[in-house]
Amino acid sequence: MTRVLDVRDLRISFPVSGGRLHPVDGVSFSLDRGETLALVGESGCGKSLTSLALLRLVPEPGRIDAGSVIQLGDTDVLALRGEALRRIRGKRIGMIFQDPMTSLNPVFTVGDQIAEGVLAHLPVSKAEAWERARGLLDEVGISDSAARLRAYPHQLSGGMRQRVMIAIALSAEPEILVADEPTTALDVTVQAQILEVLDDLRRRRGMAVLLITHDLGIVAGRADRVAVMYAGQIVEEARTGDLFARPSHPYTQGLFASVPRITGPVTRLTPIRGTVPPPTAWPSGCRFRPRCPQAFDKSELPPELMTVGEGHRMRCWLAEGDGPIGMASVLPSHPERSEGGIP
Amino acid sequence: MAWRTPRGRAGLVFLGFVAGLALLGPALLPDPFRQFDLLELASTPPSAEHPFGTDQLSRDVLSRVVSGARISLSVAALAVTLSLTLGAAVGLVAGYWGGAVDAALMRLVDGALAVPRLFLLLLVLAVPERVPLIILILIIGTTGWFTTSRLVRAETLRLREESFVRAAEALGASRRRIIFRHLLVNTAGPLLVAATLGVGDVILLEAGLSFLGLGVQPPAPSWGGMIMDARPVLEAAPWVGIFPGIAITLTVLATNLVGDALRDALDPRGA
Repeated sequence: MTRVLDVRDLRISFPVSGGRLHPVDGVSFSLDRGETLALVGESGCGKSLTSLALLRLVPEPGRIDAGSVIQLGDTDVLALRGEALRRIRGKRIGMIFQDPMTSLNPVFTVGDQIAEGVLAHLPVSKAEAWERARGLLDEVGISDSAARLRAYPHQLSGGMRQRVMIAIALSAEPEILVADEPTTALDVTVQAQILEVLDDLRRRRGMAVLLITHDLGIVAGRADRVAVMYAGQIVEEARTGDLFARPSHPYTQGLFASVPRITGPVTRLTPIRGTVPPPTAWPSGCRFRPRCPQAFDKSELPPELMTVGEGHRMRCWLAEGDGPIGMASVLPSHPERSEGGIP
Repeated sequence: MAWRTPRGRAGLVFLGFVAGLALLGPALLPDPFRQFDLLELASTPPSAEHPFGTDQLSRDVLSRVVSGARISLSVAALAVTLSLTLGAAVGLVAGYWGGAVDAALMRLVDGALAVPRLFLLLLVLAVPERVPLIILILIIGTTGWFTTSRLVRAETLRLREESFVRAAEALGASRRRIIFRHLLVNTAGPLLVAATLGVGDVILLEAGLSFLGLGVQPPAPSWGGMIMDARPVLEAAPWVGIFPGIAITLTVLATNLVGDALRDALDPRGA
């Protein structure tokens, strides 16, 4: 497998009176060619900010701290300036935004907006760019593409607009596609279609996909690996099957317990108590501690990511196996620094 | 867009009428410089021959009002175009760039706004003996963009946070492209409204300057200048000043009607 993206120790900080906040605090992950990694977490956990950082689009006055690494193939993204930076946006990493209603410019036609990405990066004429735009619309499953090119965003349905967004993200043929909540604003039936389009493109083009979502339901069957984020950190990372079979971190277990199940005995939903604290109120030690039903004395110390199975790690002291509740599946190991990659 | 409301329609029809008259009128009407009664040089009241009467130099007032429309409208159009261009450019750059660039440009605008425009114009225009029309247009245009730039900046600040701007950035669009394509086109609404309202302002300003003898120079007919010329005879021959006055009032009223109608039409909440 070719490694296309390596993020290590990503820290993003914002100035506040009397110091700096870190809404993203030491996130590491990697992405191989043709692979889908899902980044799962609730609102405010830092997942969207992480995705924006990949293209250095962290909104002002946020900063990516020194010591962070974003390695895109052999390009050090954090060393890029000006024109070099512009050239990776859209060209190496394509981005799909959450809300297709507001992410398209209302005053330009669909064709204009797709061709814009083509023209920004590829040495083609305007006519060729439009021809490519038509091909892309075909590829994302929009029928009557020649006519749709001349449509304005408000003339399209939500699902169509999201397909257009995908076509735009693909316009300069990126090797990585970042999809930030691509289906949140859509009807359930349309959600499945959009995810199908993404999956299909990944397979055909051999792209890597970073799928950012709060919805565990869309992760199953789509992603190869899942990283669960909580309060600016990855708290659990595993192959999708392993995560669904053996969710290990109390937060992940809580997420599963709060999703209604169609099969199995009828049980009461158990939501995670409390709410996600804002970055200003993150507790010391384990950040999930105040909400964690399994918190114990060692939770006062900040845990590192620890191995609990093959390619399966979590940020919880329970991984050491000497907590109040023993976990049969937990392999004892020493705390280790996250390296981002999965063996 | 402005056509949708009766007010807007009335304004557009009248402006179209004035523009048509300014274009074609001089060919159909007597020479505005011609003096009909060289012996008496007296102003005659409106008659069949001279519907608006003649002025104290025995020139046809109707011809002069129509010729004045040419000058007044072209000064207004050119000066407004110039000030909109400047205002849009400064507002877009300040709003999109933000930070020190924004602060510097906006303090400049604050400073400029603190100086009364008419005094500034009087100062500049009082220096040379005769002011060519093009200089008058340049000066009115370059002193009229301050509020426009603030308007565009405010709009840009709002648009900058829109998702489609972020999407364009993520696609690798250059700053210039984002500013002059994505942002500019989306500020077209407020700009159009500012333009129509600005036309009324400039017509009044040019009239005021000409009235003070600093604008369009005689014998060229301009509405403001005609009112000034009419002052000595206003009691004996009121028609000399009243008709250009009516022309100013109606034209400014019409541009304001169109501006209001455009603003209503472009406001999504009112649609």
